[in-house]
Amino acid sequence: MFELLGVPPQALFGQLLLGLINGSFYAMLSLGLAIIFGLLNIINFTHGAQYMMGAFVAWMMLNYLGIGYWPALLLAPILVGLTGVVIERLLISRLYNLDHLYGLLLTFGLALIIQGLFRNEFGSSGLPYQIPQSLQGGYNLGFMFLPMYRGWVVVFSLIVCIATWLIIEKTRLGAYLRAATENPALVGAFGINVPRLVTITYGVGVGLAALAGVLAAPIYSVNPNMGADLIIVVFAVVVIGGMGSILGAIVTGFGLGLIEGLTKVFYPEAAATVIFIIMIIVLLIKPAGLFGRTA
Amino acid sequence: MRLKGLIVAIAALFVAGTAHAEMKVKIGVLTDMSGTYADLSGPGSVWAAKKAVEDYAKMSKGVTAEVIFADHQNKGDIASTIARRWFDTENVDVIVDLVTSATALAVNEIAREKNKVAIVSGAASSDITGSKCNANTLHWVYDTYALANGTGNAIVQTGGDTWFFLTADYTFGHALERDTTAVVTANGGKVLGSVRHPFPAQDFSSFLLQAQASKAKIIGLANAGADTTNAIKQAAEFGIVQGGQNLAGLLVFITDVHALGLQTAQGLIFTEAWYWDMTDENRAFAKEYAAANSGKHPTMVHAGVYSSVIHYLKAVEALKNASDGAAVVAKMKEMPTEDKLYGKGTIRADGRKIHDMYLFEVKKPEESKYPWDYYKLRATIPADKAFRPLEQSACPLVKKS
Amino acid sequence: MSAPANSISEQAGGAVLARGGESAASLHRILILIMIVALIALPWFVYPVFLMKVLCFALFACAFNLLLGYGGLLSFGHAAYFGGASYVAAHAAKVWGLTPELAILTGTAAAAAMGTVFGALAIRRQGIYFAMITLALAQMIYFFSLQAPFTGGEDGIQSVPRNPLFGVIDMRDDINLYFFVAAIFLGGFLLIYRIIHSPFGQVLKAIRDNEARAISLGYRVNQYKLAVFVLSATLAGVAGATKSMVFQLASLTDVHWTMSGEVVLMTLVGGMGTIFGPIAGAIVIVSMQNYLAQLGAWVTVVQGVIFVACVLLFREGIVGVLSRRLRLPL
Repeated sequence: MFELLGVPPQALFGQLLLGLINGSFYAMLSLGLAIIFGLLNIINFTHGAQYMMGAFVAWMMLNYLGIGYWPALLLAPILVGLTGVVIERLLISRLYNLDHLYGLLLTFGLALIIQGLFRNEFGSSGLPYQIPQSLQGGYNLGFMFLPMYRGWVVVFSLIVCIATWLIIEKTRLGAYLRAATENPALVGAFGINVPRLVTITYGVGVGLAALAGVLAAPIYSVNPNMGADLIIVVFAVVVIGGMGSILGAIVTGFGLGLIEGLTKVFYPEAAATVIFIIMIIVLLIKPAGLFGRTA
Repeated sequence: MRLKGLIVAIAALFVAGTAHAEMKVKIGVLTDMSGTYADLSGPGSVWAAKKAVEDYAKMSKGVTAEVIFADHQNKGDIASTIARRWFDTENVDVIVDLVTSATALAVNEIAREKNKVAIVSGAASSDITGSKCNANTLHWVYDTYALANGTGNAIVQTGGDTWFFLTADYTFGHALERDTTAVVTANGGKVLGSVRHPFPAQDFSSFLLQAQASKAKIIGLANAGADTTNAIKQAAEFGIVQGGQNLAGLLVFITDVHALGLQTAQGLIFTEAWYWDMTDENRAFAKEYAAANSGKHPTMVHAGVYSSVIHYLKAVEALKNASDGAAVVAKMKEMPTEDKLYGKGTIRADGRKIHDMYLFEVKKPEESKYPWDYYKLRATIPADKAFRPLEQSACPLVKKS
Repeated sequence: MSAPANSISEQAGGAVLARGGESAASLHRILILIMIVALIALPWFVYPVFLMKVLCFALFACAFNLLLGYGGLLSFGHAAYFGGASYVAAHAAKVWGLTPELAILTGTAAAAAMGTVFGALAIRRQGIYFAMITLALAQMIYFFSLQAPFTGGEDGIQSVPRNPLFGVIDMRDDINLYFFVAAIFLGGFLLIYRIIHSPFGQVLKAIRDNEARAISLGYRVNQYKLAVFVLSATLAGVAGATKSMVFQLASLTDVHWTMSGEVVLMTLVGGMGTIFGPIAGAIVIVSMQNYLAQLGAWVTVVQGVIFVACVLLFREGIVGVLSRRLRLPL
């Protein structure tokens, strides 16, 4: 078969597919972040810790309550989303009239607390979580062997991302949300409970992070540090996509996963930095991000 | 006046007498308490050190010891800071365990600077008794050369002659890859390639993909602890063994086998220095360990900490002085070692303790009769063949004739 | 600035009302004198290596505060200069055999160079975007440090020798080294003090408080911002290079983004935009890390709690509160 720049196609497609899988996590996490920033103007540094909590809640449900993967996929995001609601009501709401960099610092502190507590309780080495029976095994695609579970991750994330986008762009609830971002006072004057909308939105964004965590649990071992380094990359994704843009987050998430996979084939040393290089270039040329609205 | 002087003189004699009869030393267990290597060392090593002090007290009252511990989180800078503080302000005389080669090398250097003692049981790099050796450090249990020699030899001779390495990107991983490559090529095999993964790593998918693409018969895992178990689990996910390749765990502990389960781990072949089910003494030790450590069983590192502390206390008692680290280490090298776990052994000029090494294979699930019954013995590698010969050593302490 | 009322730069200005004038200057003179006396006396009471660690981080925090408190710019990537300089200095001392003062100068030069290039890129944007660019650049330095052969990757640069100072004074004695580090700290601190109270410093405060007006008054705002960025990065480099001499080790921890977070914490706790605040913050945080080290992961939790408490209740920081009580700038 042909070789592209000295690289056999199996290696290329294989890494691209893995990149797409990573991209699913980037997309889901940046989706949650973009929603939260779009409405609350809060840079939610706790997102990584909430992703980790999703994975841990799934693990705890399995090991302490015997609740398996499929129910956990629904229950864990709800539970973690509720903790998000509590955080928003008690802590974050006090910062709304301040510079949104304070929100960054507060959520950074919260992330440290959550991570530290989990590390104390569970240690750093990671806990095993089995791939559910129905998703074990895989397909031989010729250029690589694709584990069924990883294929499921891509498909499920795409569905969730598209569904979220549809809700926000095409439904009435979504319209209220978008309007409240632009002019909360006016929307409040129409009788819509803006603070409650804000709280629910934060909860939903956090829930999305936790959902990504449940998806991750079977393939990346469940450990307290799993969100910490991921969150920095996700920030870069959101900034590139445009901080309030839902579509931007989704497209950029998957796209950057692919680019990272491509880089691993041709120039593996740069794989970790390529996202940041792109972010700097985008910020300098198009400061609002690729899909951002306000310049 | 005279009476007072007499009383003072008697008191002084009394004090001098008691000071002579009992020495106090302080032992610091510097280990990974909660990270990738916590199960193979960690709290278990602290228990082992305390047990050694207890057992020694039954044998002799010449030396009493206090055991303290700290978590270096597998980071060289944290380990350095703790070691420095322990030696400077807390009167610690010896640091033991030292899992993770980067921390071991950093602390060895500080022990040399402060003329104290460091005894490495956890870390693997053969450089500890090679180019980075010094007069204040001992390497107790195993090293990358012994592992490569045992496992590498055995696998190549049974047909695994093309290799691809998955290496943890720090001193230990590099040393293990280097030593195993030497053994593979010396036996006529070929290394087709290698890839370095960050330490610690969660997702091995892209590295495993490269290993698959290389078509090497053996994928050598030059890593340890949770990295090894994660790589093995994910290899199963990607159908690597079904595709005809075999995984070689170059450093595997009984705690890893336990984490993987016999179903996944069966058939793995690797080299270790000690196994709990080999002698009655070992079994008794394991029983006490399990009672205090929620049923887990001790690894060769835990046994090594026990053994090294016993020998240290013997040397300090014989020398009657613990303050000169290099002198204590010299005494430890002079005296042959003997304890209930490792039996008889010696320590060479380069600081390397010599004992037999064992090649184990993991049992199939149906072959295991009781909890933690995981290994069958394939071969014993005698002490004089197991470790790097002194003539090949890069250690400056070894006099070349 | 169309930002909400309490922007970080306004907060950094401090709630202090009066300038203070004469009484402020004399108070500062007394405080600096007390500081010098303490620096001389402390090594006999407190473990010198611990003191040196506090001094390095105090200088790092003061340098960071110069950018945040007086420049009004929140950088989330200062670890790049701190850690980058520590790698260069460690390499200079170990491989090139340079004496400590030359090694530190080399490290500082590297930090200054990075500061110039990164600053030029970052100051084109403001607020959160500025912070994100600095973070991205710092991440690139982190991954570079991970890969580059000279940094030793996960192992770091170990066994950095303590060469004799100026070729003659033995630095292996902790007390000698301590006085060298104390001198560096004092020099850096006094330099920052001078900068803050100079015409340049006044213009910076003007830009921080109302950029539009400063522009309309004819000041080349970008040049000032770049200048303070470079100064801040350079001094952070001095702190990092000195630290690698003290601990004889340069490692990935120094360039990791959590280090950037720690210096923000120190400045926040001590008091943004105050002169002595960062020192207080460094003392608190380093001491806490030291004494709670036995508890392992609890240190992270406590740091997080302090962060949250400071942001919600205590935005002025320790020295900020004191300063408001005394009605004098501190």
